[in-house]
Amino acid sequence: MTTNNSDLRVVVGMSGGVDSSVAAVLLKEEGYDVVGVFMKNWDDTDEWGVCTATSDYQDVARVCDQIGIPYYSVNFEQQYWDRVFTYFLDEYENGRTPNPDIVCNKEIKFRAFLDYALLLGADYLATGHYARIHRHEDGSVDLVRGVDNNKDQTYFLNQLSQDQLARVMFPLGGYDKKDVRTMAEERELATARKKDSTGICFIGERDFKSFLKQYLPAQPGEMRTPEGVYKGRHEGLMYYTLGQRQGLGIGGAGEPWFVVDKDLDENTLIVAQGSDHPALMSAGLYGSGLNWLRSSLPERPVTCTAKFRYRQADQKVTLHVDDKDHFYVAFAKPQRAVTPGQAVVFYDGDVCLGGGTIEATVAREELVSGSG
Amino acid sequence: MIFLTDIYLDHAATTPVRPEVWQEMKPFLDGTYQGNPSSIHRFGREARAAVDAARMTIAESVGAGTEEIIFTSGGTEADNLAVTGAARAREHEGRHVITTEVEHHAVLHACEQLEREGFDVTYLPVTADGTVRVETVQQALREDTILVTMMYANNETGIINPIAEIGECLRGHEALFHTDAVQAYGMLPIDVASLQVDMLTASAHKINGPKGAGFLYVKKETTLHPLIFGGEQERRLRPGTENVPAIVGFGAAVQSLQKERETRAKTYGQLVAHLLTTLASEDVPYEINGIEEKRLPSIINLHFPGTSTEPLLAQLDLEGVAVASGSACTAGSFQPSHVLKAMYGEEDPRVRASIRISVGFGNDEDQMETAAQAIANIAKRQRKILTEN
Repeated sequence: MTTNNSDLRVVVGMSGGVDSSVAAVLLKEEGYDVVGVFMKNWDDTDEWGVCTATSDYQDVARVCDQIGIPYYSVNFEQQYWDRVFTYFLDEYENGRTPNPDIVCNKEIKFRAFLDYALLLGADYLATGHYARIHRHEDGSVDLVRGVDNNKDQTYFLNQLSQDQLARVMFPLGGYDKKDVRTMAEERELATARKKDSTGICFIGERDFKSFLKQYLPAQPGEMRTPEGVYKGRHEGLMYYTLGQRQGLGIGGAGEPWFVVDKDLDENTLIVAQGSDHPALMSAGLYGSGLNWLRSSLPERPVTCTAKFRYRQADQKVTLHVDDKDHFYVAFAKPQRAVTPGQAVVFYDGDVCLGGGTIEATVAREELVSGSG
Repeated sequence: MIFLTDIYLDHAATTPVRPEVWQEMKPFLDGTYQGNPSSIHRFGREARAAVDAARMTIAESVGAGTEEIIFTSGGTEADNLAVTGAARAREHEGRHVITTEVEHHAVLHACEQLEREGFDVTYLPVTADGTVRVETVQQALREDTILVTMMYANNETGIINPIAEIGECLRGHEALFHTDAVQAYGMLPIDVASLQVDMLTASAHKINGPKGAGFLYVKKETTLHPLIFGGEQERRLRPGTENVPAIVGFGAAVQSLQKERETRAKTYGQLVAHLLTTLASEDVPYEINGIEEKRLPSIINLHFPGTSTEPLLAQLDLEGVAVASGSACTAGSFQPSHVLKAMYGEEDPRVRASIRISVGFGNDEDQMETAAQAIANIAKRQRKILTEN
């Protein structure tokens, strides 16, 4: 079992940001045969042939030159469009709130890109995600939360399979974000002070509404209370998320107004007063697309914790699984604004057990036939 | 980091400067000669003499007069000067320009600019062998055609166009004829009169000269609009202080080329043949893109069925073999070759599974063998992985 690190080729997915830069430099310092690869997934090339990826790629080039590793660029625009963006638009059309980052990890970064890395003769693919991988002797792995609780990204990685994770390294999983910045500054990396990117990668810093408008026709409609009282107009259901308060334009006395539901058939946005309005609260959820990182799907109810959105504190739940596409999650405490289309991700302590897609919520605890 | 074992097979992108070229250039960079050719003093006269000598060598190399050679910063600028300069100068006589789908971007993007300015550009198709047919040009000609621009040999496939025949077919028509001979210049003897071209582009760094110098041959009495404005240099077609060291190097590179062109072509042809023989013996399936009989000896574009260009190039680089594909975007990522698309159609697998190999100064048979083995191993391995998935 004494393989030299220098015999192991690690392809690092480099975005031009500080995290993946430090991931690459740490692997290089550990003696691996490191290759940097920049992924281009989105084409926003202007009429002069310049795209926003250009400056990110230049940062990748500068950092790789500093570290002394070769670097390349790979184009997955077609795959991204087919497997991520199409899903993204479909979900919005269906009145749901998609999570393209999760699908991108599953279909692009840790599938198309992993395949590419293997073509380059890589033994592992590494990224700058804040997550850890614990490898067991039988070859199986655990996906474990990053040490930096605030930055932990296992939520976005919940759909990765054992096969995918077995080929992956997360060099930053053991560090706090501020340590990563410090390491970048100590090594005077070109990206040490670069601002973290925010938002969905292909939209970037642009206005979300005008972006979406290019692809989906906006259908304005009415806003009504759960009791049917007319409260004004909305600009198109896809622009609103459950639990949203901003941008409704409803004034008047009393508590602020929130989005509590969407009625797709009537193209009506349901709004109610008070951030914990009963219409916004749920006791459980139905899910689909369960990725379970343990050997087989649980036959008995599992008591564990779960997140319904990124960076939410863990919530106690009980998971009942019928099959991969039919599971029910009972909440120990009522939850606010659990949103169809988003992911529910399960944990046992620091170990991520997997996750699935939220299909529907239920207002009150109910017994699920056939499970448990 | 470059290792001694690394093998450079990308001479169509750029070539190493030959020692005899560097020897000529050195005194113009180390302070021995420092003058500006426009100055009236002795420093200026030395520099002017050097530029004039280079101009003489270069003019002779294509059968032109010295006053017909305009030095530019390179091939791209010369192409731009020819295409936009000729069209703009003749816009009152007509606004139709003919080119091909497989031109270098220096010509294609200059043509796109002309379209933005209201010119009408016809992009001629090529046949699957990579060449433009003379009849296709004939049919595209209109009364208001003011310019025909067509490359001599393609930079991605090495495929040679029938420039002399097209020149003959344009005789008697008002249209100016420009050819981009950047790749052809190093391998084929060129005579502007027998080609019947009005303008011709070449570049120093593709023939073992330095980067930063090129020329446009402009036939006497041809009027062009300049791209930039300033002093009196280059008959005001290309103002700005001459890049004296690069022009001197260009002259030296041409001098050496004129002596050796035939032997170089023969040697490089043998090297490419050796590579192909080794590939065949390694039992890796491949196809040559374009027609073998009309190819420059130094450039070959190969399709490896079942592979993918991007990882092929990257892994060859990791193994120390430098080859190329069409072109990259500003974010470094692979763009399917517009040349192969024009030859075979967008959906043809060749478009996404081909590489360009171009040989030149410094390559030898051992390198070709090593490179062919590396290519074969990687192509076979990728083919296996990709067909299993």
